[in-house]
Amino acid sequence: MTGNSAVGEAAIRAGCQGYFGYPITPQNELTEYMAAHLSRRRGCSFVQAESEIAAINMVYGASLAGVRAMTSSSSPGISLKQEGISYLAACELPAVIVNMSRGGPGLGSISAAQSDYFQATRGGGHGDYRCIVLAPSSVQELADLTHRAFDLADRYQIPVIILGDGMLGQMMEPVEFKHEAPEEPPVRSNALRGAKGRPSRIIKTFTSKPTELEELNWSLFRRYQLIKKEETTCETFLVEDAELIVVAFGIAARIAKGAIKNARTAGLRVGMLRPVTLWPFPAEAVREFAKRTKYFLVFEMNMGQMVEDVRLALEGKGEVFFYGRPGGVIPTPSEVLRVISRHYYQEGLR
Amino acid sequence: MKKVYSRPKSLKRNHFHYCPGCGHSIIHRVMTELIDEMDLQDKAIGIPPPGCSVFAYHYFDVDMAESAHGRGAAVATGIKRAYPEAIVFTYQGDGDLAAIGTAETIHAANRGEKITAIFINNAVYGMTGGQMAPTTLSDQKTTTTPYGRDVKLEGYPIRMSEILALLKGAVYIERTAVNSPTNIRRTKKAIRKAFQSQIDNLGFSLVEILSPCPTNWRMNPLESWQWIDKEMTREFPLGVIKDITGEKNAD
Repeated sequence: MTGNSAVGEAAIRAGCQGYFGYPITPQNELTEYMAAHLSRRRGCSFVQAESEIAAINMVYGASLAGVRAMTSSSSPGISLKQEGISYLAACELPAVIVNMSRGGPGLGSISAAQSDYFQATRGGGHGDYRCIVLAPSSVQELADLTHRAFDLADRYQIPVIILGDGMLGQMMEPVEFKHEAPEEPPVRSNALRGAKGRPSRIIKTFTSKPTELEELNWSLFRRYQLIKKEETTCETFLVEDAELIVVAFGIAARIAKGAIKNARTAGLRVGMLRPVTLWPFPAEAVREFAKRTKYFLVFEMNMGQMVEDVRLALEGKGEVFFYGRPGGVIPTPSEVLRVISRHYYQEGLR
Repeated sequence: MKKVYSRPKSLKRNHFHYCPGCGHSIIHRVMTELIDEMDLQDKAIGIPPPGCSVFAYHYFDVDMAESAHGRGAAVATGIKRAYPEAIVFTYQGDGDLAAIGTAETIHAANRGEKITAIFINNAVYGMTGGQMAPTTLSDQKTTTTPYGRDVKLEGYPIRMSEILALLKGAVYIERTAVNSPTNIRRTKKAIRKAFQSQIDNLGFSLVEILSPCPTNWRMNPLESWQWIDKEMTREFPLGVIKDITGEKNAD
């Protein structure tokens, strides 16, 4: 199954009842999968919207009405969705947004890239807010994290972004789905469904009193602290005796893994830390490694974005190298191995 | 003594914050009367816009959610698709519905979304201080057309209702005004018809209401009522623009 289709199937099995999208490469298979499969399900709706802006606002509407809803796009389209994502965050509404990102800036390329890291992890739209950002690195993980994304969105009443890339979306791998689609997906208890047997509800943020909005910001940030504590996730690979830790996420981590295996064969003690949640970033885990080793190599398919979070986490304690290929160029494991070896020997490790 | 007039049940007991002579409070009153009369209070979900009427939720005692500027029709689409039992209405100004939200409005109408748009046309951006709207009349002075709207540079007042009437998904479109008791009664009748077409699941409905904004028109309330008759209705004639609810019923 392609990564894009796997997200669609996993979303349906997570009880997603509304998909709203707009065509953009390289994520069209997901929109098409939902058109074929979600639209036929009882009580579910699929709309090909007139724009990415309309699509995210339809997600906002469906979320207001209490159902699990999602949209997907790729980098330029995700830029257009930022207005809606800010409103979702402000109104404390759950939603899942998939970004099968591509090379930028501008129209860019349709090849896989990781240059939307800042946009995803810093909120992306206007105002002080965060989205949970999940970064899968295989088709199986895309499926698993799609399910987790819906659960997290509901638990914390927050928009969740799945930051994939064109390569993950397009590639085919075997995938196992661990859940069956629910017969009657639950409706959120605080939904807008008409004031029947209860006082009318208002979902809004606009206020003429700055202190009211300040209180909303504080309450959001208290929740963000809780998410940091409870949900920060990372994977480690061959780190026990590692003298150099590669930090990479998503498809770059997949490439780095191949490079690290070969480095190990050559006797280099190299391991990897792969953040699964980009926000919250596993800063604590990075700091832990700094107690054992000094050397970190951050590898990203961009000009260096996550590397800033690694440096912040280390607070000047480690030596951080960076290797990046932007614009949709996909480096090979042997290219990454050369970079690993260069830093390894230059620092006199071994 | 027999009570002949009282506050509608679905109108909250709050003082209107609108300027003297503003049309919003009349329209809120008419709509909440209808929500009572048509027994919609527990089914209605309203989407007020950014603008003066962002505070509509202080007055309508029904479920409401704020929308980003122009996105009302898309938000309403999401709600209605997720919960078709609701009676969903947007409340939008001319800048909202006919400028920044043109795409959302046209496509919701074209899909025949079972929603109702209440379109307040006052020919200016009200809350931001009276700038040119897409519906600003030619030669009309606003803060961004201080010498009058020059149609050669700034385009013509856009007749959104007539544009929408071309779309097959739109079943009921009427233009009314709230500048006289007769016109207020007609407005109520038009909104009733629009809500009914939604209840009957027929398609997209819209009522455009020419509404006075004395503050930004630099007029007193009486002059603003007269200006609607003398100037606005020449560009935006009142009446039913499209009604295929009968045909749709026959399908």
